[in-house]
Amino acid sequence: MKFIFCLIIPLLVQFFFSLACTPAQTNVERGISEQVLYLGIGTEPEGLDPHLVSGVTEHYVLLSLFEGLTTVDPKTLEILPGVAKSWTISEDGLVYTFQLDSKALWSNGDFVTAYDFAFSYERILSPKLGAPYAYMLYPIKGAEDFHKGATDSFASVGVKALDAQTLEIQLHSVTPYFLSLPTHFTWWPVHPPTILKHGAMTDRISKWTQPKNFVGNGPFALKSWRLNNGISVQRNPLYREAEIVQLNGIKFLPINLESEERAFRARQIHLTSGVPTARIDWYRAHRPDNIRFDPYLGIYYYLVNTDKAPLSDKRVRQALAYAINRESLTEYVLKGGQKPAYHFTPPNTGGFTAQQNFTYNPDKARALLAEAGFPKGENFPEIELLYNTSESHKIVAEAIQQMWKEELGITIRLHNQEWKVYLDSRQKGDFDIARAAWIGDYLDPYTFLGLGISESGNNHSGWKDVQFDQLLKETRQTLESDQRFELFQQAEDRLIEAMPFIPIYFYVRSLLIDPSVEGWHSNILDYHPYQFISLTAED
Amino acid sequence: MFQLSISRLLQAIPTLWIIATLTFILMQLTPGGPFDQEKPVTPEVKKLIEAHYGMDKPIHEQYIQFIVKRLQGDFGPSYKYAGWDVDEIIAQAFPVSLELGLYALIIAIFIGVPLGILSALFHKKPMEIAFMSLALIGICLPAFVLGPLLLLVFSTELGWFNPFGWNSFSDRILPAFTLGLFYASFIARLSRSGTLDVLKHPYIQTARAKGLSSMRILVVHTLRSALSPVVAYLGPAVAGMISGSFVVETLFFIPGLGSFFVNSAFNRDDTMVMGTVLFYAALIILFNLIVDLIQIWMNPKLNRD
Repeated sequence: MKFIFCLIIPLLVQFFFSLACTPAQTNVERGISEQVLYLGIGTEPEGLDPHLVSGVTEHYVLLSLFEGLTTVDPKTLEILPGVAKSWTISEDGLVYTFQLDSKALWSNGDFVTAYDFAFSYERILSPKLGAPYAYMLYPIKGAEDFHKGATDSFASVGVKALDAQTLEIQLHSVTPYFLSLPTHFTWWPVHPPTILKHGAMTDRISKWTQPKNFVGNGPFALKSWRLNNGISVQRNPLYREAEIVQLNGIKFLPINLESEERAFRARQIHLTSGVPTARIDWYRAHRPDNIRFDPYLGIYYYLVNTDKAPLSDKRVRQALAYAINRESLTEYVLKGGQKPAYHFTPPNTGGFTAQQNFTYNPDKARALLAEAGFPKGENFPEIELLYNTSESHKIVAEAIQQMWKEELGITIRLHNQEWKVYLDSRQKGDFDIARAAWIGDYLDPYTFLGLGISESGNNHSGWKDVQFDQLLKETRQTLESDQRFELFQQAEDRLIEAMPFIPIYFYVRSLLIDPSVEGWHSNILDYHPYQFISLTAED
Repeated sequence: MFQLSISRLLQAIPTLWIIATLTFILMQLTPGGPFDQEKPVTPEVKKLIEAHYGMDKPIHEQYIQFIVKRLQGDFGPSYKYAGWDVDEIIAQAFPVSLELGLYALIIAIFIGVPLGILSALFHKKPMEIAFMSLALIGICLPAFVLGPLLLLVFSTELGWFNPFGWNSFSDRILPAFTLGLFYASFIARLSRSGTLDVLKHPYIQTARAKGLSSMRILVVHTLRSALSPVVAYLGPAVAGMISGSFVVETLFFIPGLGSFFVNSAFNRDDTMVMGTVLFYAALIILFNLIVDLIQIWMNPKLNRD
């Protein structure tokens, strides 16, 4: 018997000890010495084709690999020249002529030409490609008709390459925010020979985005990509402003929020995509320099099904909205620096901040509910609050359920559904109240208020208002910004009056950031061109 | 043995067909599709995308096409990850899960079996109680508790291991223990009861009476039959270790197949669901066959049955 002890136990002990090896250098240290940024991005990108993706994660990666006509100053959000080194605008504001930078090259050495842009815009607008974000190009004359199949000829679309260096874009109506659009990935060019080498122009299933085939025009070039293991990019020496790029590479790591936080604490990543709510207090108390809350262009709201009684009554919807104590919700439940929302468009969206038209007012809420026939919540049918399964939505829903119970005396049933089932229910109008969110695509109030247009595919509330539609239409025909903001304010007023969307809070982007990261400026678009970012050793 | 193998492999065909058909039906019944998103595409665009993947055809045509394609070994493109084929993803991710599973298996056997045997040898002594309590804790601690615990101690506090990733050998250790300890506990209990059973047999008494050393009695006369329940258990356990590691893979950020398997269902990535389901089904059938063969080798009596 002793023999067994002599044999097995030392073996086991040795096994344990041989395993315990200390990593010599952390990624953060290695990153600083090699100028490689380790960036947590939360989830695996759905792809690297800028015309086929639609998410925030994809934006993070694509921003290193491509560049559009214009880009953004991450500090001021001012529009900067990108591939287009200059542009002229016709007097009526309808024709933009872009002069391309002759130094702009693809990562394989080809010149980036105006023809490439024309090809790219034809590609994304081709109905056959089924690009989810093609509507971003609708301000171009004829783009919507072409995309919806009303015409087969791309010649009718207002995109013309006058020569290799000159691109002319005709708009169908005045679009004051037009120059901010090409900063979005849907407007970025793809390399036509590469696309055509791996399939037809409109093939969704193509191998061109794999590392061995990939050609881009951004400050970085794709080095490797393994699903659920990370995407690695390295400095692109052919980038038009290669001399200003300071990083040698970036590693994008699709790690979930909890693991990201652990990785950050172990100094394995420089930046995270978020912070788990449960850890916020700890960082605030112990490492306040590492946690940041940046304002973000997004709103969290409750979508009301206005086709269903009693929610079809405007007064009921208003009562629900007025009875939510957003201050206590953001301060004690969410804790992440979120801003209470009393209007729909986030503050300072393209310079516009809507006036607040209502406040937390439980007395008024009770009065409105009584007026609607439910004094003290009597006879109010039990309605359902739908949210997609997630701990963070659940705590908000529970807090609001409690507030409605206490203030209005009404009982709401909480119902969670798995993400895709939830989307299906929302699409079919199979809900009473549903949790929803909207992230702006560009810096203009239209990206938010456009949601309320009667024919908008994203308006699931059933609310239709001709005057609201008309106001938004007018904003697209007005160049003068004061006048436009006045129109947006009127639209806001109508939306808040009817309350098909109950604003809850405006998003913030919370993140953990290592002090070595320079140039990651707080901006509402969460737009961080990597050519402006560097890593410096701590003193 | 040869006959058994052939008949088992033949049985696998209808089994796989039934699994494929059931999966196909379930996927049709599930609400929500692969191309539904927070910011939904217009119905026209959605129709075009679905047409691209042949999802616009009548169900029976889709089904026939689907079966024919799988027979040709074509698992199709992933709906979720544009530009990747399902077989590419499986080829990339499965070796990782397999490696992790094998380490876990080694841990399970090399910790579980000795613990079990020692407990049996020290039957009704404090050591047995200690070992079996350990095993009970191991069974009760799910991976999503054990994993973060190991991470907290060995990564965050002691700094011995990376908290995530799958790059160096040391990255394999915590996940392998997280996954393996549960199975080790189970194996410990099985090998304990197996050994106890065998030790009661008269032929062991005879061996003792003949003056054989306890080591010889254990290795030569006891282990082979004592471990037969362990081997029977290993079939499904191995399949579980290389497929059911979603929690471990997510926790430690490992690019294995388990997370694709689970996430494909959430994403309604139908081709990926089908690919992974069939792949795992085939794997489980294969492992069960291997285990049966090993058991016959260990106990030839079974062959006659």
